[in-house]
Amino acid sequence: MSEREVILEVGGVSKSFGGLKAVQDFGLTLAKGDLQGLIGPNGAGKTTVFNLLTGVYGPDVGDIRLGGVRINGLRPHRINGLGLARTFQNIRLFGELSVLDNVKLARHVRVRHSMLASVLRTAGSVNEETEIEDRAMELLRLFDLADRAHEDARSLPYGDQRRLEIARAMATDPKVLLLDEPAAGMNPQEKVEVAGLIRRVRDEFGMAVLLIEHDMGLVMKICEKITVLDYGKVIASGAPGVVRNDPKVIEAYLGVEDT
Amino acid sequence: MAVGSLYALIALGYTMVYGILKFINFAHSDIFVLGAWVSFSAAACVGFVDVDTSVAGVQMAGVAPWVRWLLWVVAAATVLMALYERVVRPKLVAGGLGGRWAGLPATDVSRTLAIVTAWGSVSLLLIFVARALVGAEAGGAMPKGGVGRVLAGGVILLAAMATCGLVGFCLERLAYKPLRKAPRLNVLITAIGVSLLLQNLGQANWMFGTRPEGMPKLLPNSDPLFSIGNVKVWPVDVMAGLTAIALMVGLDVLVFKTKLGRAMRAVSFSERNAALMGIPVDKVISFTFVLGASLAAAAGFLYSQKYAGLNQTGASGWVLLGLKAFVAAVVGGIGNIRGAMLGGLLIAGLEFFGAQYISTELRDVYVFAALIVVLLFRPSGILGKSVVEKV
Amino acid sequence: MERVGGLAAMVRSALPLLGVVGLAVLMQFGLKPLLGEGGSFYSKLLLDIGINAMLAVSLTMVNGFTGQFSIGHAAFMAVGAYTAAILTYYGSAYAVGGEVFADAGVQGGLVSTMLTERVREDGVAVAWVTRSDLLFAGALFAGGLVAAVCGWVVGLPSLRLKGDYLAIVTLGFGEVVRVLIQSQTADVLYTVEEIKEAPVVGVAQMFATRSEEWVAPLWLRAGGSLGFSGLPFYTSLFWVFLWCGLTMVVAYRIKNSTYGRAFLSIREDEIAAEAMGVNTTRYKVRAFVLAAFFAGVAGGLFAHTSGVQLNAGELGFVKSFDIIIMVVLGGLGSISGAALAAVIVTLLPEALRDPPSLLFPMGEGDGASFFPWSLIVLGVVGTAVWWRAERKVRAVLVLLVTVLAWEALRYGARKAQVDLSDYRNVMYALALILMMILRPRGLLGVGEVWDRRKPKVGTQPKVGTRPGATL
Repeated sequence: MSEREVILEVGGVSKSFGGLKAVQDFGLTLAKGDLQGLIGPNGAGKTTVFNLLTGVYGPDVGDIRLGGVRINGLRPHRINGLGLARTFQNIRLFGELSVLDNVKLARHVRVRHSMLASVLRTAGSVNEETEIEDRAMELLRLFDLADRAHEDARSLPYGDQRRLEIARAMATDPKVLLLDEPAAGMNPQEKVEVAGLIRRVRDEFGMAVLLIEHDMGLVMKICEKITVLDYGKVIASGAPGVVRNDPKVIEAYLGVEDT
Repeated sequence: MAVGSLYALIALGYTMVYGILKFINFAHSDIFVLGAWVSFSAAACVGFVDVDTSVAGVQMAGVAPWVRWLLWVVAAATVLMALYERVVRPKLVAGGLGGRWAGLPATDVSRTLAIVTAWGSVSLLLIFVARALVGAEAGGAMPKGGVGRVLAGGVILLAAMATCGLVGFCLERLAYKPLRKAPRLNVLITAIGVSLLLQNLGQANWMFGTRPEGMPKLLPNSDPLFSIGNVKVWPVDVMAGLTAIALMVGLDVLVFKTKLGRAMRAVSFSERNAALMGIPVDKVISFTFVLGASLAAAAGFLYSQKYAGLNQTGASGWVLLGLKAFVAAVVGGIGNIRGAMLGGLLIAGLEFFGAQYISTELRDVYVFAALIVVLLFRPSGILGKSVVEKV
Repeated sequence: MERVGGLAAMVRSALPLLGVVGLAVLMQFGLKPLLGEGGSFYSKLLLDIGINAMLAVSLTMVNGFTGQFSIGHAAFMAVGAYTAAILTYYGSAYAVGGEVFADAGVQGGLVSTMLTERVREDGVAVAWVTRSDLLFAGALFAGGLVAAVCGWVVGLPSLRLKGDYLAIVTLGFGEVVRVLIQSQTADVLYTVEEIKEAPVVGVAQMFATRSEEWVAPLWLRAGGSLGFSGLPFYTSLFWVFLWCGLTMVVAYRIKNSTYGRAFLSIREDEIAAEAMGVNTTRYKVRAFVLAAFFAGVAGGLFAHTSGVQLNAGELGFVKSFDIIIMVVLGGLGSISGAALAAVIVTLLPEALRDPPSLLFPMGEGDGASFFPWSLIVLGVVGTAVWWRAERKVRAVLVLLVTVLAWEALRYGARKAQVDLSDYRNVMYALALILMMILRPRGLLGVGEVWDRRKPKVGTQPKVGTRPGATL
């Protein structure tokens, strides 16, 4: 394995809700340019892990480091500012805003001018607005959404909405991209496109990608390393071929054979 | 402490509606006010109010013409709506003029009107019963007599509760039900609208007018019964307290020990699952509203017994009271019935002691300060449980 | 795309602001002769419209842009009003040295009066701008600032709360402010000597029992429950439209900037906004503070309007609800909608008092003052509706039904000898409820009057659904 810079380090993370242990002793390492998968049966705690990583709630114990900086317990917007972006399992677009505005909003975290400057329409603010528009349109073109730029986000077909969510996450200039079920609800043709898109994004922008997915085909095809969760614990981790044949993994998904 | 139980009664209504529908019914405190006024009108009908001194008394003392007219109108409206629903609307829909207009809650409206007619009649009946108990004639001299008076008082209470329950029912059906799926902000705005409507409608001359009225007392109230410390306890307090406690106990039993109560709790946990289990969710919701409204009405009646002056329905004093009851609901834990009762007592106590020992003028401020403190540190209230939003 | 240079940006930015000033000047000096007889009535109406528009637009910044539900907005108005009032009233004794409650014709310059004659009765020329005007301008600004600080103090803890709770807290805050002002302020001082003798800033003994010798400091002498009377009438068309225009320009500029998008994203989905780098709490507080500032200035303007007796009792939840109705009617988040609704809501009581007939203006030989305008207005509104509405036939039908209902109401009210303006609040309440059921977006939704119509797409599935097949 080539020595690439480690960008996300998670170790010994646990989280309980009341009496329920949602995640126990979770660990993961992502290096720059990695494309990893996080799988497991329903309720295994995958989205909880994402929520922990992005700061929706803080871990009870453990360490999460982004680019060497400890991000436990920071608020989501700060974590985003530090370079971690995500999409959601149930699409959370800004429905009444236009497609373009959705992506432009994501650029806000990188804006340097103040609100006062914006009100005064200083040269700096006007120029930054132009920059925002340019970058946003660029991303939309990349994701093949440019011709719909001014439509309401909620009027997009489902597949396009998912792509838009990814585009929006990308606009925050992340170092790590967390995709929560990016291919959910798609037909096979679209899934192939999404797979290609994810790979392209990783190749062109050089970020690390971690995805949650239920479609095994997709995961096996594009992920370089897979971590498997069951009942909040990591039960296997490694290359796709290895994980696929791991008996614990098979058991988790299919149950034990009755003899 | 009597005041505390009043707050509790109103708080219960807030909490129940929040538990079931997850929204705060701003209009609830206006039902409380309505309850007080309806009791007044009922008392006037029964003959307790001196005809010469009050406007509403003059109107109501007759009972017959005014209210009979209303009943006829409502009955007519019921028939019209039923006609519309059965005959006219299907034609409209078939003719393609559907869309939003077909979605108008015609069924709800006609059924509501039918129920209004029925309840209206029942309420009237109760008033007549009260009259019989007291042996008064329309516009006659004020009757005296101990037991009869108290019993009549009880009937007036029931009439007020029935009427306000009806109002609650109508509100739910007509204003809140269409918005079951709307974003929370919209429902809030509607609730404010309903609240304003009740307040301002009540000020109209043909309703309650804008003059303050005096509520006749149903208990001899000249001497305090006893004192605790330097706090005097009047018979009215005792009566109010006992009634309130009786109602609350009754509610507690209803919610925790009966099948209906279980249904209510099921709906408040999860509307969808309750429906899947065969619980008639709409009826349960309506019933909850009715229950809450009637409790508020009872509080209104009791309040008017203690503080005899009734101001116009839009006056700020009322709203403030309702607001404090809401604070009580929140402090005790919104969505939790026993919490509401606890909250009522706590807030009343806080207000009372604050007024006694620090400054009377700022009594309202204490209550709101308590609200802010609770919301900052324990938003789910003392007995409530926190709800985590799924991301 | 091209980049803009510093100087060019400044010029382009200043242009609309100069436009606002120009409009204000025009309103003040150009409108008066046009209005002719009964001019002062109409100008007062215009003042009210302007102030209400400021209030509505400022509230839409919170309720509309960020989707938070604040229903105690009048409290900021009250705070601003009283601050400005105290500063002008007592400040004039110190700064200007003249009589405290002389009428504005003496103290204020031409910009602050409703006069257009340059010469007073005693033959002295009136200056364009005097020291009192500067004092007034400063007082207005100060009022806004104090209100903004209150907004910050209240907003910071409360804006973490969920919608319903925030509403209650803001409502409570509104009431608390009203109660505090009414109960804690002391009598107004009437002579310059008394004023100069009073302590300016006293120890804040508001919550303690007062000893006999405690003298209320100046800043607390605002009239208590009797209200603050004797204020000079500095508010004029110039000031109102200057500030109203400013508010609208600022609101518009914020809305169409990255910050505006940030606000709107909070309204749409707070969790997603937070995940995309928006510090939701900070921005909610910011919107709140901004709104409070403009409401405070509006309050200051209100306090100095002729014919107004400043009394906190009138600035409680009733006024807050009035503002909410304006905002909701216009469409939460729409600046022009809020302004439009402010116009409607301000004019309605007047219209209801003696309801003019819309269809038969000459019919019964009365209501002549509205005649030339009503049919024209109807025509304009009808055309605008046709042009803008998505479902044209339905929109025009609604317009027709409204006009007919108006006529019926008017006729019925005359027959039954009922004064409709008493029922104004009832009508508002009904309108609010019906609107929420039938058209929750209000008149303009989130958009503005001048927005281009968005391209229509075939189906409109909701965000997050999973249709079986894709298009």
